[in-house]
Amino acid sequence: MTRIDDCFARLRAQGRKAFVSYIMAGDPDVATSLELMKGLPAAGVDVIELGMPFTDPMADGPTIQLAGQRALEGGQTLQKTLDMVAEFRKGDNTTPIVMMGYYNPIYSRGVERFLADATAAGVDGLIVVDLPPEEDEELCIPANRAGMNFIRLATPTTDDRRLPKVLQNTSGFVYYVSITGITGAAAAEATDVAPEVARIKAATDLPVIVGFGIRSPETAKAIASVADGAVVGTAIVKLVEEKRPVAEILAFVKGLADGAHSA
Amino acid sequence: MADDLFNSFMNGPDERGRFGDFGGRFVSETLMPLILDLEAEYEKAKTDDTFWAEMDWLWKHYVGRPSPLYFAERLTDHLGGAKIYMKRDELNHTGAHKINNVLGQIILARRMGKTRIIAETGAGQHGVATATVCAKFGLKCIVYMGAHDVERQAPNVFRMRLLGAEVVPVTSGRGTLKDAMNDALRDWVTNVRDTFYCIGTVAGPHPYPAMVRDFQSIIGKEVRWQLAEQEGEGRLPDTVIAAIGGGSNAMGLFFPFLDDPSVRIIGVEAGGKGVDEKMEHCASLTGGRPGVLHGNRTYLLQDDDGQILEGFSISAGLDYPGIGPEHAWLHETGRAEYVAITDKEALGAFQLSCALEGIIPALEPSHALAHVMKIAPELPRDHIIVMNMCGRGDKDIFAVAKHLGFDIRT
Ligand SMILES: Cc1ncc(COP(=O)(O)O)c(C=O)c1O
Repeated sequence: MTRIDDCFARLRAQGRKAFVSYIMAGDPDVATSLELMKGLPAAGVDVIELGMPFTDPMADGPTIQLAGQRALEGGQTLQKTLDMVAEFRKGDNTTPIVMMGYYNPIYSRGVERFLADATAAGVDGLIVVDLPPEEDEELCIPANRAGMNFIRLATPTTDDRRLPKVLQNTSGFVYYVSITGITGAAAAEATDVAPEVARIKAATDLPVIVGFGIRSPETAKAIASVADGAVVGTAIVKLVEEKRPVAEILAFVKGLADGAHSA
Repeated sequence: MADDLFNSFMNGPDERGRFGDFGGRFVSETLMPLILDLEAEYEKAKTDDTFWAEMDWLWKHYVGRPSPLYFAERLTDHLGGAKIYMKRDELNHTGAHKINNVLGQIILARRMGKTRIIAETGAGQHGVATATVCAKFGLKCIVYMGAHDVERQAPNVFRMRLLGAEVVPVTSGRGTLKDAMNDALRDWVTNVRDTFYCIGTVAGPHPYPAMVRDFQSIIGKEVRWQLAEQEGEGRLPDTVIAAIGGGSNAMGLFFPFLDDPSVRIIGVEAGGKGVDEKMEHCASLTGGRPGVLHGNRTYLLQDDDGQILEGFSISAGLDYPGIGPEHAWLHETGRAEYVAITDKEALGAFQLSCALEGIIPALEPSHALAHVMKIAPELPRDHIIVMNMCGRGDKDIFAVAKHLGFDIRT
């Protein structure tokens, strides 16, 4: 059992939907993003996705691209991101942390070394956008072996023929990307998402969380009501871009979390 | 190198799209079903005579193939050593080798019922070729081009627009080829149902590196029979040389000779201001290390933390921090050698080709020619070098004028 499994077991027992939030590590600097990260659980965040900046984020829209750029320009490295997690863990040993990003910085560090360091820092799961099931031997299987969840994206192009392959080595939860597109694009309608979530749930016992394009408490509620939870990233990162005070960003996050939890 | 490796170099990639450890399919889940469809369609086409009949007809009547294999006599005399042939792919319609591959991909796109074509471009040659073939077949065409390249390759931007393509300047990153490829991938992930991504080099997720190589291999296949025609039955080149951005013109020339042990193979990367710690170059094999970008594992210019570095070259077509995975494998197995040529050396070769052969080369093949100039004088007169003159220099005259201190703006 990882912190992720515990978290979803708890939510299920309470009959609650999950609220997952994404922030970029080191955006615009470590101090600010760590302060924001530390405030997320109290704002109602159940699972934290911590973005690892990469120079070439091929699945991200302009907002998250710029966040990564700001972080890198501020000197963010994979080591500093892991240090942030370790620092967070000093005060919170329950909120699951999923590191999300692209493969090359991990590959460059060395998969085994990365997994050992991430486990030691207190990371619970990984989402690596450019590792489809066809490349499971790279990181997914070693991560599962190291006791870390490897969370996979399922998308509208993942048809029934392909779904079992996508679910095969997935653990923790399934992240359903509600649209074909990049982060920050328009949201899908809950009525379109519902049958897709049902289709995935028929094939797995894992919780199915839906993301991409959710910006408001209303949409968070609508989407969470047809799934096991909702993810918000771009809308939060946008406030960091606008240099809003951390307290204001956390108030916005609380609104989203309340929306999802009211579903 | 072990003899038993020969007869096997032409077998790659394996079913996972790997050349040794390189290549693969490192893409998001949204794209995965699309590249599997493409692979299936390409596998069908490969053994379909009607597909190749259509290609052959278009290559002959639309592109002007076969391109000549030309004995560069004055250059040979000037350098005083090896006998130098140029494979004249700069005479192709649209002025470079890029159209060889575009035709293949667009015919596939039509077979797959795709109506919207996207492409990335650096120098603009692949963009022009794609816009051209889309105009011919009445397909919608969108070309992503780094904002920096839009500026330095203005004539090609206008050409694409004349041909009906939409050119999208890309401002993310430093606004060069790698950033254009990122935005093309973002477009593809968004418009999966009707869109075909026409990649311009032997990079990207499997099956692109193999497919683009197969389409470009017409270059080396022609060289085989053309050289035999001019030098006698069975005569193979002793050395083949080509410039490398992503590596498609080079793979096209090299591939048919991979299993001929007597043929020395040399790829020429862009050395920019010099391959040193300042990293102001695009020599991924000479100055990079393995990593994963744009769907494949290959040699990349990157920092210690796995962040990708921007390349630097006088030639927009070589300004890419990666290289096709098959080259990475040929490099590691030792079957091919890779060297770097600086901007300055390339400019020298550019001028020499103009002066001695009456051929204005593109800056990309000028890099290959510069290496020919280095090695030819030391080689015997019966040593035959074939270099790939893969593009003409019309697009580059403004940039070259600037470097040589002329102002030719009107
Ligand atoms: C004339 C010419 N040669 C070479 C290249 C580099 O591409 P590749 O290495 O794939 O042949 C380009 C790219 O734009 C080009 O225009």
